[in-house]
Amino acid sequence: MNIPFAITLDVGSSLANKTGNWRVERPVYVDRLPACNQACPAGENVQGWLYRAEEGDYEGAWRVLVEENPMPAIMGRVCYKVCETSCNRAQLDEAVGINAVERFLGDEALRRGWPFAPPAKESGKRVLVVGAGPCGLSAAYHLRRLGHTVTIVDSERDAGGMMRSGIPVYRLPRDVLTAEIDRILDLGIELQLGTRVSNVEKARAEGGFDAALVAVGAQLSQRAEIPAGDSARILDALRLLRSVEDAEPLRLGRRVAVYGGGNTALDAARTARRLGATDAVVVYRRTRERMPAHDVELEEALAEGVQVRWLSTVSRADAGTLVLEKMRLDETGFPQPTGEYEELDADSLVLALGQNTDLSLLEDVAGITVDDGVVQVGPDLMTGHPGIFAGGDVVPGERTVTTAVGHGKKAARRIDGWLRGEEWRPAPKHELASFDLLNTWYYSDAPRTVRPQLEPARRRTTFDEVVGGLDETNALFEARRCLSCGNCLECDNCYGVCPDNAVVKLGPGKRYQIDYDYCKGCGMCVAECPCGAITMVPESI
Amino acid sequence: MREQIEGSQAVARAVALCRPQVVCAYPITPQTHIVEALGARVKEGSLAPCQFINVESEFAAMSVSIGASAGGSRAYTATASQGLLFMAEAVYNASGLGLPIVMTVANRAIGAPINIWNDHSDSMALRDAGWVQLFAADNQSAVDLHIQAFRLAEELSVPVMVCVDGFSLTHAVEGIDVPDQESVDSFLPPFVPRQRLDPDEPVTIGAMVGPEAFTEVRYLAHARMRRALDLMPVIAAEFAAAVGRGGGGLVEPYRLEGADLVVVAQGSVIGTLCDAIDELRDEGISVGALAVTVYRPFPVDAVRAALAGARRVVVIDRALATGEGGFLAADVRRAAPAGTPLHGVIAGLGGRPVTRASLRRCLEEASRGLLGELAWLDLDTTLIEKELAGLPGGTDVHAGPHAG
Amino acid sequence: MPTAPVKFYQVGSFAAGNRLIDPSLRTVQSELTRSNSLTSGHRACQGCGEALGARYVLDAAMRASGGRLVVVNATGCLEVFSTPYPETSWQVAWLHSLFGNAPAAASGVAAALRSQGRTDIRVLAQGGDGGTVDIGLGALSGMFERNDDVLYVCYDNEAYMNTGVQRSGATPPAARTATTETVGPEPGNVFGQGKNLPRIAMAHGIPYVATATVSEVHDLENKVETAMGIHGARYLHVLVPCPLGWAAPTNQTVHLARLAKETGIFPVLEARDGEVTAVSAIRHQVPVEEYLKLQGRYRHLFRPEPRTEVIARIQAAADANIARYGLVSDDATEPPAGGAP
Ligand SMILES: Cc1cc2nc3c(=O)[nH]c(=O)nc-3n(C[C@H](O)[C@H](O)[C@H](O)COP(=O)(O)OP(=O)(O)OC[C@H]3O[C@@H](n4cnc5c(N)ncnc54)[C@H](O)[C@@H]3O)c2cc1C
Ligand SMILES: Cc1ncc(C[n+]2csc(CCOP(=O)(O)OP(=O)(O)O)c2C)c(N)n1
Ligand code: SF4
Ligand code: SF4
Ligand SMILES: [Mg+2]
Repeated sequence: MNIPFAITLDVGSSLANKTGNWRVERPVYVDRLPACNQACPAGENVQGWLYRAEEGDYEGAWRVLVEENPMPAIMGRVCYKVCETSCNRAQLDEAVGINAVERFLGDEALRRGWPFAPPAKESGKRVLVVGAGPCGLSAAYHLRRLGHTVTIVDSERDAGGMMRSGIPVYRLPRDVLTAEIDRILDLGIELQLGTRVSNVEKARAEGGFDAALVAVGAQLSQRAEIPAGDSARILDALRLLRSVEDAEPLRLGRRVAVYGGGNTALDAARTARRLGATDAVVVYRRTRERMPAHDVELEEALAEGVQVRWLSTVSRADAGTLVLEKMRLDETGFPQPTGEYEELDADSLVLALGQNTDLSLLEDVAGITVDDGVVQVGPDLMTGHPGIFAGGDVVPGERTVTTAVGHGKKAARRIDGWLRGEEWRPAPKHELASFDLLNTWYYSDAPRTVRPQLEPARRRTTFDEVVGGLDETNALFEARRCLSCGNCLECDNCYGVCPDNAVVKLGPGKRYQIDYDYCKGCGMCVAECPCGAITMVPESI
Repeated sequence: MREQIEGSQAVARAVALCRPQVVCAYPITPQTHIVEALGARVKEGSLAPCQFINVESEFAAMSVSIGASAGGSRAYTATASQGLLFMAEAVYNASGLGLPIVMTVANRAIGAPINIWNDHSDSMALRDAGWVQLFAADNQSAVDLHIQAFRLAEELSVPVMVCVDGFSLTHAVEGIDVPDQESVDSFLPPFVPRQRLDPDEPVTIGAMVGPEAFTEVRYLAHARMRRALDLMPVIAAEFAAAVGRGGGGLVEPYRLEGADLVVVAQGSVIGTLCDAIDELRDEGISVGALAVTVYRPFPVDAVRAALAGARRVVVIDRALATGEGGFLAADVRRAAPAGTPLHGVIAGLGGRPVTRASLRRCLEEASRGLLGELAWLDLDTTLIEKELAGLPGGTDVHAGPHAG
Repeated sequence: MPTAPVKFYQVGSFAAGNRLIDPSLRTVQSELTRSNSLTSGHRACQGCGEALGARYVLDAAMRASGGRLVVVNATGCLEVFSTPYPETSWQVAWLHSLFGNAPAAASGVAAALRSQGRTDIRVLAQGGDGGTVDIGLGALSGMFERNDDVLYVCYDNEAYMNTGVQRSGATPPAARTATTETVGPEPGNVFGQGKNLPRIAMAHGIPYVATATVSEVHDLENKVETAMGIHGARYLHVLVPCPLGWAAPTNQTVHLARLAKETGIFPVLEARDGEVTAVSAIRHQVPVEEYLKLQGRYRHLFRPEPRTEVIARIQAAADANIARYGLVSDDATEPPAGGAP
């Protein structure tokens, strides 16, 4: 066309007009730290693996997960889910069922036999790990993947630590436990069972190890001075739980009282029910609100017929009867005796008052400090003795499998650095993707999938697993409830809402880029990003 | 073949022969018969694939024509008077965009006071809207000019307004020779738009132009308009060759040979004027006439050439630039050889008949040098004087045919 | 992908795209191949809702017509910011004629195409609220009444923005404009005036009338697609917040459009042959204050003193919309592909 001058123009010619110079602030893509990732004691990249799972790429998801934690099937059963407590979605409807998806991935991996990637190269360094609990196993896994030669020594007959000797089978089936441990060992880790280490420094030196990790847990039950008649039957929870594991269950009688308010107490009571007790009564000094045991655990226990005597202490034990003293909480929430007593029929009394460490293997090692029954370590988990690290229940902090796994990873990474002579520097943290950074309008409303539970009636009599897993549809559904806080979820919204077409879509998996030639800096992409993955920064003029 | 038909019917037939693709109009007397006839042809299918659109206003009629023309179709509309003014904004827009729309203006006075009868006020109001304006002296020329208008418009990408006097032509039954389809087809090729809205070759039509280029845009429009003066005689000649009959051109002289007095006029008054000239010539007064066919762009050179031998010029305007005088007179004054006395005559406003007798009287006076610079044909001076007496300023206003 | 259909897709159909849903359910706007009918380099203000809305609409219309589209544009911001010589931002065949004649010019284009037998090419006309509800209403009504094959899209930013924010027949009560200043006993635009063009359009009995906003691109595109699937006169009224005229932050454009719908102030609906056939449910109902307080044109409702009785009148109007169209009833349609399994 011989088009008329000026009145008629060739299409798209405004691309010559670079409107980017209008801008006073520029949008920049960021990766913020999701609350779940931040909360996870094992340092899992929760949002990262959920992202893969959302797409139905379960193996990909599992591989992202096991970068941080080699035992998802176990975590999916025993973890106390702090990630879910801090999940931003909880402020919208209900937290994402992260743990259920994790279990689904863990189970899927076992079902399909996905192996870990072998180490890329061997370092030639040797590391001793004392204790085959979650901390030791996690450390061994990470050390091995970093190319180190690892030997785990444990005094027990089987690996697993408290996961095997403490956590009851109905919460953690042993085939799952064994399978995940075996997969770790399959990386080429030596495991010496039935060997007690009495001096870690000596063991390290004699074995020619370059470094050692102490992960011996807290194996000793806390005792209590309770006046008792000769024929009173008193035992500790760990012994009870271990006896089940050893297939020589103790005889408890029909009426069992459990003294304590933690998860161990509930496990003991629930185990007692399964062993035939008609009455399993937990005696606890404070109120339900103050109980350290998790609410779900309590709910499950109550559903199985476990009873609780709140605000009570055991002041005397006799054959067949306990004398309980009623308590009241003072202003500070501390229980105070009331001088009122009552009786409780009980054939046996199980003490579940906590665990203590046995740190005799550190006694003669120079530089080590033990305070309050726990080993003092730096933020890098190294003890006062260079090359000797400690983690899990033996160091101050939460006593959970998850924390132990996290310590294992952290210790391993630090040992690796230490072996290479690197200075320790804490990794820089991304800014938190807090709820107010999200544009929650965009997320579909969807309440959480409830994990199927075994009929309470069946639970009382069997050690079958109580909590079921999600099927694939449910797991996918649950994964897709994730808000992907702070991390681009490729929803194309920024690409859509820019009035200036200044957002360039780079294609699946490649995210987007701002075309600063045309971006006028209105900030719409930032405001309309569902997950807070873009931020405005002032232009330097 | 010559037939006795109404002017509007003849114009409608001429337009139909041009194979318009979109016809859109809004009714206003005295244009109605033309578009009614076209509407009927479209409805009966004889003008297929032409689209006939009934719209809600003249503004829409011109706007539809703009869209149709930009869409690549030959577009035609017709209006008059109030209607032309109602579409004024779009009239300018059509020319600004260079869209070769052809529009008949069935000339009619503009209110208030509302008046349905003929004069040229409407066309004059929009004479500088960027459209070529052709004035038909009779229905034969109305027919011929419409056919040539499409050719001119499309060659230049300029819209063309064909001005046909309301009633005196549109409603007059005359013997008219409407060409056959074959000769029109040989003269007028199918429309090839200079630009059109086409998804295959998308362009932006109607951009906003600022001071940096507006003057150039206008210059180019001006240059295209001026080309009409060269093109129109060529087109007229080709038309004559195609249909075997003359008609058109820039101006039409009548008995100019040796004329001391030349009367310039346009529109249907030409017929009466020629009769009056014949009579005056018989009486020995050497008078001739010049009909201006192409009024915009104004053919200054052709008019000047035609007036070369004139001792005196009379210009008849069927419209009044209130407070000023005639439009045509102003244009002719520019073209007339310097020093030639020129008398403007305002005649036939709002449909007042311009009779041969009045014209004779006026021209006789002119030939005797008695006509003022601005004269009014058949003005009721008694009435005027009486009315003016009541006005501030009194009767001190020159009025009447003898006024200076 | 699983065999059992999982209908819950994270951001569902609320965001422009979603890597988890079937590509056929994603928006045109989410695609690399969208036509960018209005491309970069235009001179619209930062965060202009009209620029956004126009690209949404035209890209969808381009898709629906297989690229066989011509567009006629009324005078207004959209025209001015997109076509200052020597640059145009349009990448479609496009005509600007006048402020008040876009519907008629579009009718003309449609007639031309019909006469040329090029009926594969579709015609879309567009203009601002002033060009549509005021100066162009006659031409629009004519186009409707003749049922010409034109989709007319009004980008409603509730005032004459291009000339500096003067009141139009679509300016809401209490809103400040340059001709309804916040002075005198009744500051801002007065109550009891203005016209509802979607309802006027429906009264013409044309085959399709719909309203939409720039906040829900799925809905908007669906409506464009539906409209493009119909022949005859069709009308789409799109609310496009204007940061300049509404005196709102430039990043709030989409949010304001969303609030307009979620308060009930701007009902989002669809009508066929003059009858309302679907309404978009309010998802999270919010009081009108939430909407008003973000906009400087309503600042006088909050400062120096809150003018609660005026806010209540606006709330009452929103409530009346909610009641009239059943915006919170169960009949209201759920957004597609967004629900739980
Ligand atoms: C009944 C019960 C239920 C629990 N439930 C949960 C739960 O549901 N979720 C949760 O997160 N946490 C739970 N915990 C806490 C959790 O089990 C521990 O915090 C965790 O196992 C600590 O891991 P670790 O690796 O530090 O030590 P451990 O798991 O205790 O492992 C230490 C290992 O070291 C070995 N060892 C000790 N001394 C030596 C030595 N000198 N030489 C060689 N080997 C030695 C031990 O035999 C043991 O195998 C529970 C604890 C109990 C008691
Ligand atoms: C006939 C006519 N009258 C007035 C104007 C001046 N004018 C141009 S754009 C405009 C306002 C446009 O308002 P609207 O249609 O709402 O579009 P917006 O700019 O708000 O997008 C006005 C009044 C004009 N161009 N033409
Ligand atoms: S929406 Fe577009 S113009 Fe606005 S800040 Fe983002 S990239 Fe820039
Ligand atoms: S004034 Fe409003 S409508 Fe006009 S360009 Fe600016 S933001 Fe867009
Ligand atoms: Mg507007």
